[in-house]
Amino acid sequence: MAMSQPRSATADVVVVGAGVVGAACAYYAARAGLRVAVVDRGPMAGGTTGAGEGNLLVSDKSPGPELDLTLHSLALWEELGSSLDADAFELERKGGLVVAATASALETLRTLGTEHRALGITVLELGPDDVHTYEPHLRHGLAGGASYPQDMQLQPMLATAHLLKAAVRDHGASFHPGATVTAIELDHGGRVAAVRTSSGSIATPAVVNAAGTWAGDVARLAGVDVPIMPRRGFILVTEPLTSAGEAPPIRHKVYAAEYVANVASEASDLQTSAVVEGTRAGTVLIGASRERVGFDRTFALPVLRRLAAQAIDLFPFLAGVHVIRAYVGFRPYSPDHLPVIGPDPRVPGLLHACGHEGAGIGLAPATADLITSALVGAAPAVDPVPFTPERFAVASIAGEANG
Amino acid sequence: MADEIVFDGRTVPVLPGQTVAGALWEAGIRSWRTTPVARAQRGLFCGIGACFDCLATIDGVPGQRACLAIARPGMVVSSRHDLVGAASPGTSATPGPPSAARYDVAVVGAGPAGLAAAATAALGGSRVALIDGAGQPGGQFWRQRESMGEGEERGYRDWPVFAGLRSIVEERVDHIPNATVWFAEPGFVLHTTAGRVEAGRVVLATGAYDRVLPFPGWDLPGVVTPGAAQALLKGSGVAVGRDVVVAGAGPFLLPVAVGQAAAGVRVIGVYEAGDPRGYLGRPGSIVGVAGKVREAMAYAAALARRRVPYRVRHAVIAAYGEAGVSGVDVARLDNAGQVVAGSVKRVTCDAVAIGYGFTANLDLALMLGCATRVSADGGLAVMVGGEGQTSVPGVYAAGEITGVGGATLSVVEGELAGSAAAQAAGSSDPLSGRELASLRRRRRRLRAFADAMHAAHAPPAGWPVWLEDQTLVCRCEEVPYASIAAAVTDLGASDARTVKLLARPGMGWCQGRVCGYATAELTARLCDRDVRRDDLATYAHRPFAAPMLLGDLSRPT
Ligand SMILES: Cc1cc2nc3c(=O)[nH]c(=O)nc-3n(C[C@H](O)[C@H](O)[C@H](O)COP(=O)(O)OP(=O)(O)OC[C@H]3O[C@@H](n4cnc5c(N)ncnc54)[C@H](O)[C@@H]3O)c2cc1C
Ligand code: FES
Repeated sequence: MAMSQPRSATADVVVVGAGVVGAACAYYAARAGLRVAVVDRGPMAGGTTGAGEGNLLVSDKSPGPELDLTLHSLALWEELGSSLDADAFELERKGGLVVAATASALETLRTLGTEHRALGITVLELGPDDVHTYEPHLRHGLAGGASYPQDMQLQPMLATAHLLKAAVRDHGASFHPGATVTAIELDHGGRVAAVRTSSGSIATPAVVNAAGTWAGDVARLAGVDVPIMPRRGFILVTEPLTSAGEAPPIRHKVYAAEYVANVASEASDLQTSAVVEGTRAGTVLIGASRERVGFDRTFALPVLRRLAAQAIDLFPFLAGVHVIRAYVGFRPYSPDHLPVIGPDPRVPGLLHACGHEGAGIGLAPATADLITSALVGAAPAVDPVPFTPERFAVASIAGEANG
Repeated sequence: MADEIVFDGRTVPVLPGQTVAGALWEAGIRSWRTTPVARAQRGLFCGIGACFDCLATIDGVPGQRACLAIARPGMVVSSRHDLVGAASPGTSATPGPPSAARYDVAVVGAGPAGLAAAATAALGGSRVALIDGAGQPGGQFWRQRESMGEGEERGYRDWPVFAGLRSIVEERVDHIPNATVWFAEPGFVLHTTAGRVEAGRVVLATGAYDRVLPFPGWDLPGVVTPGAAQALLKGSGVAVGRDVVVAGAGPFLLPVAVGQAAAGVRVIGVYEAGDPRGYLGRPGSIVGVAGKVREAMAYAAALARRRVPYRVRHAVIAAYGEAGVSGVDVARLDNAGQVVAGSVKRVTCDAVAIGYGFTANLDLALMLGCATRVSADGGLAVMVGGEGQTSVPGVYAAGEITGVGGATLSVVEGELAGSAAAQAAGSSDPLSGRELASLRRRRRRLRAFADAMHAAHAPPAGWPVWLEDQTLVCRCEEVPYASIAAAVTDLGASDARTVKLLARPGMGWCQGRVCGYATAELTARLCDRDVRRDDLATYAHRPFAAPMLLGDLSRPT
């Protein structure tokens, strides 16, 4: 793949960040005919994308703007699957299975299911015995569950690489790894004029801030505040359990109903609720914890223990399976847990595509679609208003007025 | 009646103290695992617990390393890997040392460096724990069978040094055997398979394992590392083959070849890719290390006596065979480390012991946050000060993990680190100023010698040329060279971490212990640059220092 130095180049748009969101933005914008340059301080997928699980979920989202964006995004992933080769990035419509341990958890699950069905999402209600036809190794005594056949999975790093490759090879984009953005230059009118990096400048009228968990730092380079913070997550990986071609012992993405509550939680302390799934490599992934502890990469044994215990609680056979590694990542979250997508009215030419928290893989194509519509002046496919960067500008002014 | 174990329904005799792998090998069984992707046969490879090729189900528990498990009469060993429905073991962790045991100094690793560190710290009056995964002290260098016969120690180098250290340790140190540290927390808490150990200071002396380079056929049963051949012989009293080729680079090839020959094996040849005449002939590098040179000369003489050919600038570039290795291609190398055209010869053999130096075992050092550097042999090593202090206060390192240099240097470093740790723990200084000064001098000389040695035994520059598209680079995940190359040339990876994320080398059972060095080197070459510290580190960082059963992980130790 061609990787020139940006030295005094020009572009129609510079995408900052080569995670899955930046790669998708690059691909969609380049496909729309724009001359795109992607810069990253490290390699591709070296940020949170390289630490994500690759679930594309509708099942864990309550009705609202994020679910609308998700439904659009999953349709786009399927499209990308056929245009870019779904197999190359392991896109699989494997389906999700949410299980409830107690009658009250099941009750909540049923209510959510009813709401989902009203939006046209397929939800199958499962009784205590039905769950075992879906997942034979689940523990006994569960209250019931719900099956979501639309939930999908992919390999995020490969997806990022293939999006970037297609942007560069087929649509003339350029990718510059190892180029840290050090300044965003504005013209006299306060509009974006250029992006300065550690290996050269690129003159451009537009910058897409797809710097994930570090997007706040990049925004500050343009003189604006975007409140993105890290939410740490660990994932355990087991030994490979199956040989090529064999049916995996865990077929769906399986998680406990409490997970939905955790995802939306405001609490800063540790939350864990095991999400268990098999991968094509034969391993089982056990995620994911949520903690607000800054960028501390130390593996915290108590958290890993809890994930292990919860996974065993769902699948008792896992007690006799080895964990061979773990990884850590920092989800980019915003105060209202919605991504920040679209033009920043404070700096003409600056657009944000960040803050996707635990759903950036799933939301990447829809984000890119919204960004590209804004860049070329097309009508957006979903309502962009809930995601606009203004919401924080307004909030912080209001906050100041209130003291 | 002889003691026996059962392997896949067949009885296999065992000698007291033999490992499961040793007993199987002696019975002519060379493979007992089927790989998930290609369904290829695997058995012993590294022989010391680093590669995970030899996994077997032992007494119902899958995923056990046959090279580490001691064969107990009546044991049932299976080549099947039944996961789901396997009897979920209560716990593999046996109750360990008295809990809440807090030591002044915990030494991890009971090889030359660790024994020396523990003995020295204890002589200074510190309360010392010496933790090791093996049942016996000695590490790889002084590895013994559990029940060794009278006079068997004659086969070991520097046995009196070992015996001296061991007797101090027996008297003054809490030696905790059969305890693999799988997680280390700051402060320091060491979680071992035999319970937890707390200490104010830690000396890491975790040693090294053989460094290997891929070549076509290196995944055939019967191709093993020199360390595996040595461990089979010393640990189980088993010869690696009948007609054996010893190859690779480094002074370690010599004792391995001599050991096999002395055990009655026909050593067809020792093929050394480097050229030791370089440093042995350079007096400047030899001052003060005459012992090291005498040692090499003695081995060379022993080989000559047994008419074992020792060829420098030669390499094994391919292995052949059906169920196991039956022959290799040996080539002559030019000064640039490339194969000389027309020099390739086929050699018949039934085992190959091949390795290119060592890879330091940095799991715990990296877990605790110690800074590392690329050392003289091109591998990663812990950065240390004059007394073995690492970048993390309270953590000391000694032996191979500070840069591979052999047992004599390891003992010197162990004494220095043990003394420093004891002093930092408030104990009296176990060594006089004079002794310290002399140790520092010896360390400098031995280190200089090691550096010269590494230069002479560097892996041959031409090794990537030997690879074919389908040659596995990562044995565990069965990643062929073509996939590594595609990650760089097709998908645009420009560093070894991205190659790992895109093509999966290093993601398997061994977590890059075997494939890390080669993948980092290949990535650098495909990107047309030199290998960097981060390329190597990406394959050395491991959140767990050993695989753990989820059931054990879920319960606090
Ligand atoms: C444990 C865990 C599990 C997850 N599981 C899922 C899941 O199953 N499904 C899902 O959809 N999501 C999941 N996520 C969330 C998902 O990984 C993220 O939302 C997503 O990867 C964010 O992508 P991104 O492109 O915005 O950010 P990143 O991938 O972090 O990319 C940002 C890039 O910006 C670069 N950058 C930063 N500053 C600069 C600068 N100054 N100059 C140049 N470059 C810069 C960085 O180097 C980085 O490469 C998970 C996250 C975690 C932590
Ligand atoms: S060889 Fe074990 S992970 Fe690559």
